[in-house]
Amino acid sequence: MTTKLFGTKVARVEDQRFLRGQGRYVDDLLHDDPRLLHAAVLRSPHAHARITDIDVADVLDVEGVVAVWTHDDLTDAMAEPLPLLIPHPTLTHGRTQYALAKDEVNYVGEAIAFVVAVDRYVAEDAVARIRVSYEHLEPVVGIDAARAAKRLVHDDVPGNVGARMEQENGDARAAIADAPHTLVLDLDIERSACTPMEGRGTVARWDPDTSRLTVWSSTQTSTGVRGCVAAKLGLDLAKVDVITPDVGGGFGVKVVHPWPEELLVPLAAKTLGRPVKFTEDRREHFISSAHERAQQHHVEVGFDDDGRVLGLNVEFWHDHGAYTPYGLIVPIITSTQLLGPYKPLNYRVVFESLYTNTVIVTPYRGAGRPQGCFVMERTMDAIAAYLGKDRTEVRSTNFIQPDEFPYEHGLIFQDGRELTYDSGDYPASLEKLKALVGWDEFEDFRAEMAAQGRRVGIGLACYVEGTGVGPYEGAHVHVETSGKVKVATGLTTQGQGHQTAFAQIVADTLGVRFEDVEITTGDTRKMPYAVGTFASRAAVMSGSAIHLAALRAKEKALRIAAEALEAAEEDLEIVDGVVSVRGTDTSIDLGTVAVLSNPLRYAFDEASKAATQFSVGDPGKPPVAEDDEPGLEGKDFYSPPRSTFANGMHAVIVETDPDTAEITILKYAVVHDCGHLINPMIVEGQIHGGVAQGVGGALYERMAYDESGQLLNASFMDFLMPYASEVPTSIDIDHLETPSPLNPLGIKGAGEAGVIPSAAVFAAAIEDAEGFPITAMPISPSELYALRLTHADPEETP
Amino acid sequence: MSEQIHDVRLHVNGSVHEVRVPARRLLSDALRHDCGLTGTHVGCEHGVCGACTVLVDGAPMRSCLMLAVSAVDAEITTVEGLTEVDGTPQGRLSPVQQAFSDCHGLQCGFCTPGFLTTITAGLEENPDPTEDEAREMIAGNLCRCTGYQNIVKSVLRAAEIKQERA
Repeated sequence: MTTKLFGTKVARVEDQRFLRGQGRYVDDLLHDDPRLLHAAVLRSPHAHARITDIDVADVLDVEGVVAVWTHDDLTDAMAEPLPLLIPHPTLTHGRTQYALAKDEVNYVGEAIAFVVAVDRYVAEDAVARIRVSYEHLEPVVGIDAARAAKRLVHDDVPGNVGARMEQENGDARAAIADAPHTLVLDLDIERSACTPMEGRGTVARWDPDTSRLTVWSSTQTSTGVRGCVAAKLGLDLAKVDVITPDVGGGFGVKVVHPWPEELLVPLAAKTLGRPVKFTEDRREHFISSAHERAQQHHVEVGFDDDGRVLGLNVEFWHDHGAYTPYGLIVPIITSTQLLGPYKPLNYRVVFESLYTNTVIVTPYRGAGRPQGCFVMERTMDAIAAYLGKDRTEVRSTNFIQPDEFPYEHGLIFQDGRELTYDSGDYPASLEKLKALVGWDEFEDFRAEMAAQGRRVGIGLACYVEGTGVGPYEGAHVHVETSGKVKVATGLTTQGQGHQTAFAQIVADTLGVRFEDVEITTGDTRKMPYAVGTFASRAAVMSGSAIHLAALRAKEKALRIAAEALEAAEEDLEIVDGVVSVRGTDTSIDLGTVAVLSNPLRYAFDEASKAATQFSVGDPGKPPVAEDDEPGLEGKDFYSPPRSTFANGMHAVIVETDPDTAEITILKYAVVHDCGHLINPMIVEGQIHGGVAQGVGGALYERMAYDESGQLLNASFMDFLMPYASEVPTSIDIDHLETPSPLNPLGIKGAGEAGVIPSAAVFAAAIEDAEGFPITAMPISPSELYALRLTHADPEETP
Repeated sequence: MSEQIHDVRLHVNGSVHEVRVPARRLLSDALRHDCGLTGTHVGCEHGVCGACTVLVDGAPMRSCLMLAVSAVDAEITTVEGLTEVDGTPQGRLSPVQQAFSDCHGLQCGFCTPGFLTTITAGLEENPDPTEDEAREMIAGNLCRCTGYQNIVKSVLRAAEIKQERA
């Protein structure tokens, strides 16, 4: 019997090519094609200006320059604003940029001109020769400036407010007014960004012989790119193929589409009849891709003597940058996922999504949840501090209990569906976390450290993450006559090990050897209907679709094999690619079944020759029955009624240096529940990466815009991404597996989880170490030092 | 405005590559685009991320901070040159490569070539690192996927494999 692979630590098949330097990322493609041209982009140096003139006269004199585009050169749909991907009724003032700026620029980095040349060096030389005349406008930078609205980003957007949205369950304000105790908190989170190691990139080739366009893009959605390239270039969808090659990390930013370059590269390739490549450099990634996180929250909470939240009223302000191509996804997620594992009796949330003259804001791993988690967990800690209760006790009091699922919050989630949690066991998770981090023993440790003159603190934070959002993913499973199984699913891969995890599912479901399964992702030629890889949805959505498609292929294999072997279907089993009658020697290879599935039986291979001994099909009927089709294939789609909700809890012990305020991580513990694990090694790897990104977001990373809208730290020298020396030396992980009832495999998403509670958990631990409230994240040693001065007892200060 | 072109002979992974490049061509670009060795990746082009690290006469160097014309007399090793000859067309994974596979030391794979070359050189200098020394060995390379946990393990595992194979 084949060993079940689901749930085991199968080594990744994709590693072989990556380790040998044989990965194929977008900038690696067509490198030996002598006709390949390279693009560079002129970007706005100003955060807010009117363009009065663009002079490109000097550009074409540069040897090696082939073409230059400005907005004046764009026609039809290309000259229109880029699409607003996810409209929402409350997004009353949605605005998107043009592929190349028309008349006005609204952030440093906005694309103005597009140059194509024989190599990137020459293209950049040419960009430097373009002369643009600007009429300067005052920029709006930061949430305070946006709210004050003394200046406007867009003249026709009053108050800089793109959207105002309100949801309420019960009557939060009345409940707070009647509550025995109330607290008010003001909380801030600054900007950060995904910063994958590989930036954006697109290559396109127009084939005049077939009138087809092939686009390779480092994207999280190849079908989305295909749709907008076809629409913007006025091509039939059938004439455009989009392929996502190996992708060097995404973390959300690459779900945005189309980027200006994703349209301009195909346009140039088609116009010039030569392949064209654009590869973003690091500075461009900082100033012209996307950021996230910045929000300000005002919280009012009313609670009883046990710390039970009777009413929670949250107002927040979300900085969405200069444009809103991705709609309101991030603040909607914040406003709903803020609730975490808790059930306040009454909840009201209202947010304003604000324009600023900074680069756009779109989902970054966690997508609004880190902010929501920070706000809720700071509130829980504040309640515990006020009542003098243990922080875990106040949380327990407010947990949704295991017997309350499915739990309806009475709100609408980001996918437009009811916010209904499917499953979870939060009390069990908390018990595991307390044991893992040593919660109950911490006071002894604190005393021990204090005796040495050392200052330590402990914090915890809980979150719930809606994962596996719809609407659907599909899969196609094809058993070749060799017995090899080729599987396609449309969503893309950027490091999650899909080629391994999905092959594990196919091997188990179909009964074939893992080595015989090959997975293709993100290729619209193989699977033209797909959504994309974001919102921790790949395992849930494509994993389920692949399971269903493999079941269909298995059904057909059993039907044909039963006829060939003259046995009953229920007596058959498929093991290691061989269909056999249970308990007998009678068998047939799956490859031979694949031959039999196609009435056209040219004997090209051994399987075809072997098939001649079997007889299937009724000679009195058509060779392909009315309800059948040739080939041993299975195709299916998975479309869930709603998201499935994973959850987890982190705890951290930090030490803060009494003199320098340096913050050191002594212990980091994670309890994680994403339902059944396909590959625990991959899931733990996702958690490790999320935690490290969270450490960066909590202690190091921020986007330092000055008041004129210049990003001062747009390099890896100045934007402090953690090295190995900044992350915890170990991360203790414990899993709980509460299966989702919403999909056939009982799985929930895991990709984003590790980063969600970071700001909350570090704020809690630092607060515990220092004894004063931490209300803004990230926090640097110098900021912590400044807070110490603010909170210092005047009598102790010399 | 035409640039002066230099004929440069690069010694990479035991092969000679004759390339014609302008003086300003970065070694990283020459390796990737002129030699066709795209395993070396470019993550920042300012010498911070380490993805482009190659071995120059055995020492790890940021190929984005070197010009191709300055590498003429050097023996360069890229990720493509790390595998060991074992009679198979693909070659056997080196101890460091094998350790990354064993320990799940990579996810998207983009930064991986720079880690592999850095650690290959690091283990030459210190064949039996402690965990702290392993962490120090990789502390100049950025990875956004793994949180470094399994890369540290990979360094220690690579040292073991190297000894097993010695």
